[in-house]
Amino acid sequence: MKDFNYHSAKDSKEASKLASSSSAFLAGGMTTIPSMKLGLATYKDLIDIKNIKKLSGIKVSGKSVTIGAATKHVEVSNSKDVKKAIPSLSSLAEGIGDPQVRNRGTIGGSIANNDPSADYPSACIALNATIHTNERKIEAAKFFKGMFETALKKGELIEAIEFQIPEKSSYQKHPNPASRYAIVGVYVAKHKGDVNVAVTGAKSCVYNDKEMSKALSGNFSSSSIDGMDLDSSEMNADMHASAEFRASLVVTQAKKAVDAC
Amino acid sequence: MASLVGSRVERKEDKRFLTGKGRYTADINLANQTYAIFVRSPHARASIKKLNIDKALKSSGVVSILTGKEIADDKIGGLIAGWAIRSEDGTEMKCPGNPPLAKDNVNFVGDPVAVVIAESLAEAKEAAEKVEVDYKVLKAVTSTADAMNGDTIHEGIDKNLCFDWLLGDRQKVKEAFDKADKVISIDIINNRLIPNAMEPRACVADYNAASEEITLYTTSQNPHLSRLIMSAFGNVAPEHKLRVVAPDVGGGFGSKINVYNEDIVCSWAAKKINRAIKWVAERSESFLTDIHGRDHVTHAELAVTKDGKFLGFKNETIANLGAYARVFGTVTPTYLFGPCATGVYEIPAAYTNVKAVYTNTAPVDAYRGAGRPEATYTIERLVEKASMELGIDKTELRIKNFPTAFPFKQTLVHTVDSGDYVAGMEKAKQMADYKGFEARRKESEAKGKLRGIGVTSYFEACGIAPSAAVMSLGCGVGLWESAEVRFNPTGQVTVYTGSHSHGQSHQTTFAQIAADELGVPIENIDIVHGDTDKGTFGMGTYGSRSLAVGGIAIVNACKKIVEKGKRVTAKMLEANPEDVEFKDGEFIVSKSNKKKTIGEVAFACYLPGVRDEMKSPLPEGDEPGLKETSFYDPSNFSFPAGTHIAEVEIDPETGHVKLEKYTACDDFGRIINPMVVEGQVHGGLAQGIGQALYENAEYDETGQLMTGSYMDYTMPRADNFPEFNIGYTCTHATTNPLGVKGCGEAGAIAAPPTVMNAVIDALGGQEVTMPATAEKVWKACKNLKKSNAKAA
Ligand SMILES: Cc1cc2nc3c(=O)[nH]c(=O)nc-3n(C[C@H](O)[C@H](O)[C@H](O)COP(=O)(O)OP(=O)(O)OC[C@H]3O[C@@H](n4cnc5c(N)ncnc54)[C@H](O)[C@@H]3O)c2cc1C
Repeated sequence: MKDFNYHSAKDSKEASKLASSSSAFLAGGMTTIPSMKLGLATYKDLIDIKNIKKLSGIKVSGKSVTIGAATKHVEVSNSKDVKKAIPSLSSLAEGIGDPQVRNRGTIGGSIANNDPSADYPSACIALNATIHTNERKIEAAKFFKGMFETALKKGELIEAIEFQIPEKSSYQKHPNPASRYAIVGVYVAKHKGDVNVAVTGAKSCVYNDKEMSKALSGNFSSSSIDGMDLDSSEMNADMHASAEFRASLVVTQAKKAVDAC
Repeated sequence: MASLVGSRVERKEDKRFLTGKGRYTADINLANQTYAIFVRSPHARASIKKLNIDKALKSSGVVSILTGKEIADDKIGGLIAGWAIRSEDGTEMKCPGNPPLAKDNVNFVGDPVAVVIAESLAEAKEAAEKVEVDYKVLKAVTSTADAMNGDTIHEGIDKNLCFDWLLGDRQKVKEAFDKADKVISIDIINNRLIPNAMEPRACVADYNAASEEITLYTTSQNPHLSRLIMSAFGNVAPEHKLRVVAPDVGGGFGSKINVYNEDIVCSWAAKKINRAIKWVAERSESFLTDIHGRDHVTHAELAVTKDGKFLGFKNETIANLGAYARVFGTVTPTYLFGPCATGVYEIPAAYTNVKAVYTNTAPVDAYRGAGRPEATYTIERLVEKASMELGIDKTELRIKNFPTAFPFKQTLVHTVDSGDYVAGMEKAKQMADYKGFEARRKESEAKGKLRGIGVTSYFEACGIAPSAAVMSLGCGVGLWESAEVRFNPTGQVTVYTGSHSHGQSHQTTFAQIAADELGVPIENIDIVHGDTDKGTFGMGTYGSRSLAVGGIAIVNACKKIVEKGKRVTAKMLEANPEDVEFKDGEFIVSKSNKKKTIGEVAFACYLPGVRDEMKSPLPEGDEPGLKETSFYDPSNFSFPAGTHIAEVEIDPETGHVKLEKYTACDDFGRIINPMVVEGQVHGGLAQGIGQALYENAEYDETGQLMTGSYMDYTMPRADNFPEFNIGYTCTHATTNPLGVKGCGEAGAIAAPPTVMNAVIDALGGQEVTMPATAEKVWKACKNLKKSNAKAA
């Protein structure tokens, strides 16, 4: 690992002021540190945001659950409030990586990184989340731009993620057996008006499967998507799963999610 | 005094391990030490056109940079294969040179070409990036099956063939097949594995210019053997000027038998720069450069009668050696494989033919089970298939072919001294509720799931091994073991063993044995191992040999102590030595009932005199002191055996295989400590199930390791396993005084075919290769659905 300067920011303002084209925010460090150790990334400055009080914590209102960006996965999975308001969200957090990762990794880091196989982005899409940054509010649908790419600008800091509480929801993941990231993860959320079927792991970026969402909005039963033959041409393929297998898993996991709702 | 052998004595080593007080190689820091980083080939096969260290030498903190040229100039020897194998046509095996630092050619990704030594680790890394190597990249050979058709990797080694070995009689086998009602045949792949010891390899080398002695602290399973190889073949230093210490070692599984490039280079370089050098592998280096295991491609056939009697067996295997042949690289796919390939069955005619090939991948060597898992997988997959094709119950078919009497002269090499395979099978069936399976299958079907049951009956040859036998077969050393038992004047005991504990609990189990033999409380017994400056020469730990060979050496040394104690007691109590009996730590004169404790005897041996009297307690001919040594050479291998039964449930929609039940019923002979044995069985099962369902080392066609981290190499985790159902039958080995057989490898040997037989049973007999990943199983489920639909 190359030498770098370590800063600990006391508030969002200081954090974004310290940011430059060769800096990264240090939240859980679960992505940043390994990539630096492997020489895949080098930064001049690491700006630690864990000491910014405002960034941690969970708030539940009648309509939404708001989670501070530096809140750890373990805090979300253990939160009684989250379990009550959106149980699928706490079980998603419980299924991330392993205890070490859950004890350090944060929700803000996860969505800022936008790994195509990460779990949280699917929750953001399915639960019509709003991403609160130090500059603005961004709708989830406009936040995730592509592989490891988001709407965030240089130095822009995520402060919190606000999830809409659905009527029913479930997240079902087929994990990569080694890393336990999602090979395919499907988040189904039934809101008052319509149903979202957010898919992660299958393509280069999380997406809302329009076809399944529509079918389920009409009839919220797994039979309405059973046997659906998805186009696998844009699906990921690697040594753990072919595109064809992923396409099949999307439907299978979606069915499981609906049945679990 | 109650016997300690057989009881669940708590582990003496746990206090230090569980409180973070273990002392591993990476914990050792010497004054003024430097840090080494190895520059490794990023290519699987290339010639080195130019190597330029000028820029790197100017980097801050650099002490020295050494390359293949210096090591060749200093006539430092290369790494070796420890076992010479002869081909069927009588020619000797062909091994390439394997210099510790490559000079002209590199042959796998990770092959080291230079070492950078600097004041700090960061500076060593920084400088290593500045070493410029100009490679001419050549076409790599990576596939086991096709290696013989690839470009020649090592000059002069045609078809990349190290040897083409035969065990058995082709003609007899042909005759047996001619008589058969049916021939069952199978094509299988034994997938390549990476051992993944929890502690990565490391070494710290030190040089004392005054005594001209090199000390190497290293992660080894066999420090004496390492010293011998480094001295006799590496030319690093004469044995008396080389001390090898293997302190606490965090798991080996065979991967730490070998002397590695880094051991030789750091020892040699420490002397050259006259400073200590520390090297600790990063996990990525472990993936790339630790020896790998298995990697066989096999075609096997079984000739049977229609009522299920086995008549003949053929086994044609290609075994991947990787880039070079290492210490146990050549014996693993031959003498550790072929003799066990006929399994626990009476098969009148059999042969095993192995073609061992070089490829541009990491060297393949002994990994937990070494050869015996591959053998067991071959025969047990074949027998399971035979049971399906013949329509005979899988347990009945096995029992029908079990030997009826012991000693059992196994088809190819071994004479198995003891066992009761039928009892093991019956007990396993009961433990697993074999009878209730069909009901459970129906329950699974009702949930839309597929359920399968798989059986394996195995035996293995371990406790390696009688020296004359193995040396006649090409082994470069004898495989005896030593022990030295020393009393202190005040009665405590230190036992030095030539075996090495890196997770096997020797500190506890060996102390239990010595405590029973000597009648000394276990707290007063220390077990010392792992340092060539302490204790006698020893061969180390592998092949489930520590107890069956090393443990017997301890027993024998203790017996010599007792013999001397009897003589001394007799002299002290003015009796005949023949009238002295030893029991529970006391020497008793049977006629007078007078006695001396073993502590009193030890005291007298070290302080042999009495005030005011010219009198010695020592009989004529006995020297002072109480210390005995034994070099024990076993008369035979030992043969653990057993039956394992697994049940899986498959979700046909996702291909997910859930291991529902796992039953292991093993015969390890006498058990010293059931808790320790359970630990060994659990660990072995985890690795064996890992091979069946999760683990796989994969190279792409250019020779890049695709599974070089835990993000892609699936190490099994606790939540992948059910509660293991473990039981034993016990027939004592007749070839050693403890009646022990060895338990370290059994789980890894029996589990892969057990689990795969269950998976394939659930899939209606469709073959899938290991590991049975979700996608492979999903595809098989789709096929099954199609063929079921057709049938309907
Ligand atoms: C072994 C392992 C297994 C894992 N398994 C899973 C899994 O199963 N599922 C899953 O979803 N994830 C998984 N992860 C990822 C993990 O959950 C983390 O969430 C993720 O690594 C990033 O979070 P972090 O807090 O560690 O971010 P960091 O590594 O600290 O930062 C990552 C990036 O996000 C940026 N960033 C961090 N916080 C903010 C912020 N508030 N505003 C703007 N930018 C920010 C940083 O600048 C940096 O570029 C795994 C990671 C590991 C190491």
